[in-house]
Amino acid sequence: MTKDKRELARRQDKAPIATAWDYAPAPEARDIVKIQERYGLFIGGKFVEPASGERYTTIDPAREEPLAEVAQAGKADVDRAVRAARDAFANGWSALRPSERAKYLFRIARLLQERSREFAVLESINGGKPIRESRDVDVPLAAAHFFYYAGWADKLEYAFPNRKPRPVGVAGQIIPWNFPLLMLAWKIAPALAAGNTVVLKPAETTPLSALLFCDVLRQAELPPGVVNIVTGDGRAGAELVSHPDVNKIAFTGSTEVGKAIQKTLAGTGKRLTLELGGKAANIIFDDAPLDQAVEGIVNGIYFNQGHVCCAGSRLLVEESIYETVIAKLKRRMATLRVGDPLDKNTDVGAINSKQQLDKISALVQSGVDEGAEIYQPPCKLPERGYWFVPTVFTNVAQSYRIAQEEIFGPVLSVLTFRTPDEAIEKANNTPYGLSAGVWTEKGSRILAMAQRLRAGVVWANTYNRFDPAAPFGGYKESGFGREGGRHGLEPYVVLDDA
Amino acid sequence: MTERLPVQKTYKLFIGGAFPRSESGRTYLALGANVACASRKDLRDAIRIARQAGGGWSGMTAYNRGQVLYRIAEMMEMRQAELAALCSGPDEVAAAIDRMVWYAGWSDKLAQVIGSANPVAGPYFNFTVPEPTGVTGILAPLPPLLGLVSRLAPVIVGGNTAVVIASESHPLVAIELAECLATADVPPGVVNILTGLRSELAPVLASHMDVAALDLTGADGDGAELERLGAENVKRIVRGRADSQSPYDIAAFLELKTVWHPIGM
Repeated sequence: MTKDKRELARRQDKAPIATAWDYAPAPEARDIVKIQERYGLFIGGKFVEPASGERYTTIDPAREEPLAEVAQAGKADVDRAVRAARDAFANGWSALRPSERAKYLFRIARLLQERSREFAVLESINGGKPIRESRDVDVPLAAAHFFYYAGWADKLEYAFPNRKPRPVGVAGQIIPWNFPLLMLAWKIAPALAAGNTVVLKPAETTPLSALLFCDVLRQAELPPGVVNIVTGDGRAGAELVSHPDVNKIAFTGSTEVGKAIQKTLAGTGKRLTLELGGKAANIIFDDAPLDQAVEGIVNGIYFNQGHVCCAGSRLLVEESIYETVIAKLKRRMATLRVGDPLDKNTDVGAINSKQQLDKISALVQSGVDEGAEIYQPPCKLPERGYWFVPTVFTNVAQSYRIAQEEIFGPVLSVLTFRTPDEAIEKANNTPYGLSAGVWTEKGSRILAMAQRLRAGVVWANTYNRFDPAAPFGGYKESGFGREGGRHGLEPYVVLDDA
Repeated sequence: MTERLPVQKTYKLFIGGAFPRSESGRTYLALGANVACASRKDLRDAIRIARQAGGGWSGMTAYNRGQVLYRIAEMMEMRQAELAALCSGPDEVAAAIDRMVWYAGWSDKLAQVIGSANPVAGPYFNFTVPEPTGVTGILAPLPPLLGLVSRLAPVIVGGNTAVVIASESHPLVAIELAECLATADVPPGVVNILTGLRSELAPVLASHMDVAALDLTGADGDGAELERLGAENVKRIVRGRADSQSPYDIAAFLELKTVWHPIGM
């Protein structure tokens, strides 16, 4: 750093902490989205009524207003969906020329791009995430995923040397509420590319983008039954997991539920991939570009309200720069704009559900009770809806619940270290192993740290980046199997001897 | 001159590079010999030692690990007759030796075949490398030598350490193999072999929180229950074939790590 730059940095740090400026509201128009009053289950290419007639209301978490009545799938409905998927698998889809399969997936990718604004708005309305994220991250990545796997459909034999890949059959897929459309893409794209058919259960609180996706399938003229969408709470998921004619289960969600699924499937021979929780360390060395690192810390934990399994929820700061980093972080946090998900200036949107808000609140209270020091920037929250102020805890011991448990909210716990060994020791000291971040200017140190971190994804001088070509998945209790890349095909093929 | 009385072998456990008796002092009779009957505590000790050995083994260069595996094959070649007497015969021994050599050659090719460089849309060098899962529990299947080698070699060539429960009915050849391992520069604790009662040991192995992966190819009727126990810490569970030979068997015990390294001036 030159003298001038140092001086500038000193002056900036001395300046009074800025708070979020008053911007005029800049809401994205809602009227591009037509939400129906009620939705059925998407089975065999059309919407059908749930056998039980049971429905529930899905809401806009930012306004606490009902959006639509959604079907609760029961045993009979799941069975019907699995049969539709089996029928489509046996009668056409698996035997279709792979190059034709590819073209369906390309169509879906293009349709998602064309209707991206509609999807982005709907995703923000139903999930509470800022429109900037749905527009710039979720929807483009979902389309990219379909485009990426479309290209694999007729090249599978090049992905598995000396083997003849064939589809597994009917895949049951269960996805979470934090990235509803993106997780749908992560699940459906590789499954279809490999020639499987799918029954997908969206999360209870965020079914609408999956239901809109059914219209994309109609436009793409995908054969009926290749993709079936069954909505509902955990009961529908449990029916799907235990259905005897499902050949493979892919689950993204909590470690607790993941373990229960693994137990249910024990001895059945069904294929399983799990993408579970995390408690990632984001490690800042003293030579890191600090302003960039602070942006990375903020992006690591406050992106998508911290509803991210790979969120950088434990900040490990080298002791010599601790004061500086915390000061800079607090300044930055004060400028975060919390509020209307549809406002283009919003950084942090609504918490996805009342239930999740209660869970975050309880864990934050445990942090206070256990003796950590809490900081929350001054922040005006809307009166209705579910909100949580971006929070940082300092003076955190490794044993505290806020340093051990996945909070899945905008809550950061800060720890310090003196040596790289200590950083590794603390970073790996968790049953999870999904992701980690390293910030340093030294390339050799990046690679040395990356080698020793027990995590499936390591970001260096960046955080929370995703790409369809980059395999993603966990070590240890964060699950097994990869999504993305060539490796993401493996869960969806049976490898016969060539 | 009177006929010489042969010196008989005492079959013991193989833990941490040493040959201890069971801490319980128990033995059981198998194929006419008294065999150590490992206790649950022996098993827990072996798991702890395997975990400690993990860092050194996975930290060796791939080239080095390959040479150690090749050295195992050399030691097996020297003991062909002894091994053959304790399994189905010379054919099984020959197949087991050749299999070990085959896997030895994989150590420094895995990252190239299983890993990848990923063309992401951004200024990052993005790559995926295979890494060992950790301590792996193996229920050795029959045939007693070839089955064991077929499941053990892919586990250790990738950098994992192993805790093996030998075939209960045919344990002797497993301990004979341990003597090859002990003289093959396999670092202590990388492979641990226990003889004893499956019904006692397997549930402890399956439920132990320091075991990261399980090879249940040799499981009998208790497979489902062992899988259930293994779910408690999300173990990677493999039920393969006793006679297979494949890099996909190695990959089953590897994690994949994706690294985003920045590109910039």
